[in-house]
Amino acid sequence: MSGATKIAVTVTDIVPLNDLVTRFEFKPTDGGRLPTFSGGAHTVVEMRDGDLTRMNPYSLMSDPADQSAYTISVRRDDEGRGGSLFMHNNVSVGDEMTISYPVNLFSLDLRARKHLFIAGGIGITPFLAQLKQLERSNGLWELHYACRTSALGSYVDELTENHPNNTHVYYDDQKQMIDLQNLLDGQPLGTHIYVCGPKGMIEWVRRTAAAAGWPAEAIHYEEFLAPQPGKPFEVKLAISNKTIQVGEQESLLEAMEREGVDAPYLCRGGACGQCETSVIDYSGNFIHRDHWLEDAEHASGQKIMPCVSRFEGKTLVLDR
Amino acid sequence: MTIQFNDETFRDDYSFHNSERAIKRFPFPFHEDSYMYSVNMEQHQGGPADSIYEKRFDVDEHYVSEMRDRAMVLADDPLRCQSLPHMTLAGWDLLELIMVSKSEDYPDLFELHRDGDNWRWLNKPLGIDDSFVFLDETTLPYGPMEYITRQTQGDFCVLDQRDDNLWMDAGMITTQADWSLDFDLGMNFFEWHAPVPLAHEKGIFVRALKFLLNIQQGSPARRLNWTMTVNPLLDTSPENYHKWGIQKTTLTPENIGAKQHLRVELQTFFRLPRSNALVFPIRCYLCSFQDMMTMPKWGRRLHRVIRDLPEELATYKGFIDNRPMMLDYLSKFDDGQPTSPGIWPDFDTEPPLR
Amino acid sequence: MSTFKFPDSIRSRPVYGTLEPRAGSAHLLIADAHGAEAILELAKSDPSLMATAHIIYIPKGEDHEDALRALNPAQFYAGPSYAAAQQRIRKALEDAKMGLQVYLTGTEGLMGQAQNEAMQAGIPHTAIQTEHRGSVARRMQCVHCKGITEDVATDPFVCSHCGLNLFVRDHYSRRLAAYQGVCIDAEDPGNVPEPKELYT
Repeated sequence: MSGATKIAVTVTDIVPLNDLVTRFEFKPTDGGRLPTFSGGAHTVVEMRDGDLTRMNPYSLMSDPADQSAYTISVRRDDEGRGGSLFMHNNVSVGDEMTISYPVNLFSLDLRARKHLFIAGGIGITPFLAQLKQLERSNGLWELHYACRTSALGSYVDELTENHPNNTHVYYDDQKQMIDLQNLLDGQPLGTHIYVCGPKGMIEWVRRTAAAAGWPAEAIHYEEFLAPQPGKPFEVKLAISNKTIQVGEQESLLEAMEREGVDAPYLCRGGACGQCETSVIDYSGNFIHRDHWLEDAEHASGQKIMPCVSRFEGKTLVLDR
Repeated sequence: MTIQFNDETFRDDYSFHNSERAIKRFPFPFHEDSYMYSVNMEQHQGGPADSIYEKRFDVDEHYVSEMRDRAMVLADDPLRCQSLPHMTLAGWDLLELIMVSKSEDYPDLFELHRDGDNWRWLNKPLGIDDSFVFLDETTLPYGPMEYITRQTQGDFCVLDQRDDNLWMDAGMITTQADWSLDFDLGMNFFEWHAPVPLAHEKGIFVRALKFLLNIQQGSPARRLNWTMTVNPLLDTSPENYHKWGIQKTTLTPENIGAKQHLRVELQTFFRLPRSNALVFPIRCYLCSFQDMMTMPKWGRRLHRVIRDLPEELATYKGFIDNRPMMLDYLSKFDDGQPTSPGIWPDFDTEPPLR
Repeated sequence: MSTFKFPDSIRSRPVYGTLEPRAGSAHLLIADAHGAEAILELAKSDPSLMATAHIIYIPKGEDHEDALRALNPAQFYAGPSYAAAQQRIRKALEDAKMGLQVYLTGTEGLMGQAQNEAMQAGIPHTAIQTEHRGSVARRMQCVHCKGITEDVATDPFVCSHCGLNLFVRDHYSRRLAAYQGVCIDAEDPGNVPEPKELYT
């Protein structure tokens, strides 16, 4: 079986936070306890959209020790393939859904003397769970949170009210910027940085920290990619002996699942490496979008990550 | 079924013994007539009734005596149980996992009553009835990992996961196959396996690590490993090797059947939810050659495996000097007939010794 | 020449590199004996490093102190032994901030112990640079009595604490900053091979 073990849940609360972001609460349908988890974990939510089954990963933002309910926040992406739109438009309180056991690809380094969180926009969600975990163990932390406008600042009020000394908020429209160089200067030995936000922000933090002499092991980041739509293409699956069509709005992984081909996955966002697949033959161009494979592997034409990457060309034969 | 606990020793007079039931459920580790390293992992989701695979943490007739032996080892050398400071949360995870599993799997032996963070734990075989506050170390007599592993058979490695590796940052190790927790504490997966021959070259550890890093909550895994021990000695530690090593030279053709034991480790792997650490319990089962020979299939197969094992492995597992004497003994139980596939004894269907 | 090429070994055995200047807010350099030569070479490749450098040196009878002092580092200390320098190393790490670069060079025993201090202060071991210079003698822990014997140059050797005959393993613990010594004649008491110089 692919992916983590599943849990049957019921949607128990839906709260729109602002124009873009809505919060969903899930409770176990059988009335039992949910598994505890570690801050930074995500769950994969299955959406039955007609004939399509969409599976999107969302960071868990509730208290990791709370076994009564999980909460996630979904940012509406009008340009995307429809998973977030489905959550916003088609899901109601009382609906039964399937989610996965928590999986953590972005966990705290519990050796850290201090945890420095840097969030951009919806990237705030994993930190909401992490700081609840740290509050229980009296961990030392500090949050720097950049949002577009105060109207779009999800959870800013809650954070500044509960943690006024640890929370620092920056609004783009007011020309407020994280003074990163200054922030990194003078942090005690054993400080770890966690960054979650747009690709550019992650690269900026990693680059600036490296230039200031920070070890790579002290910089943690999570960037889930949503699969992007693209031109339809055909794939031959050698082991299953099937030729399948990948539609404009679905990923290669989703197309394989639709055809009953079992392919492993965890994150569905190009980060975990589980779905790595060998290419047997091809004629055309890969559109690699993952950050799992090395550049040389991308160039080799021998590997593809079906969760986010696509193909344009005549033939593609995969070892599945 | 109710378990009759043995009153026995794993040192000095070695009164350890296996009942007929214990022999029948002994985890014979060879699924075919030869052996080489492999990443022989499978899901740990139960198994045949009364087999060692059935429960998440197997409790058997040796439980009470093994726990007594562990307490003696720890009194002599407290460094057999260590936990680096960042591993305390993983210790609570482990305590929770074991208490929940045992109280569900053996309700007649163990009870767990939870009221929020106020917990009460009853361990009837060991006569323990403790109330404590979950996540509050001051309410337990030991740290959480030590507390619960003083009450659970098998060694425990608690591994931190970071930087795409696993780190031996905590453990309770008193029944080990000749490795030192005190020395290996803080090492990563490749480092603590460094002394193992052949397997690195075969890429075994790279594949095993990849598998282990991806073990998820709710999906534990397991495998078997094995070595040899003269006398049913649980504490074959490097610390005490200068004391027990000499016992390997006491084998004679007359006593080998009773003294030579196959030592099998049931290794399981669970993701710990609150800490994202991984726990790696290593449960040790001992069976004398003469007890194993009561199963004709095991007699035939053990002879073939030991005979054909590469020299490096026989050296690493510490029985190269005794191998000729073992083979003299075992050859009497190998009549050349074929064996059925799989590890189970198949006593009712395998032909008796000719 | 004070350099030695160690043979390939098992995965737990440390592998040493060549010190190179790295970007950082401050630089802590710790050396013993011939390690001074590696520091001199490092300073030559980037003289600007010295303005924010703290050099801690244990000469062990070698004559490099003046040359190091002439590099004019921000702070300099020469001490009689590692034990004498240890409190100063701890204070330097306690006061340090993220961005500190640590450079260790000289004998394995010196590098191992200083690396251990830096790790405990919160620096990942992979971010600590090392370069071996000078003696190839090892710092050994007796796995039986836990006693440390410094500067072991032969295999086997006699534990300086419990007197057991130990063989020298390549299995190494960063936490203990020592290699493992294990009884060689446990299964055949008294049968101890003639000690040989390491790497011969």
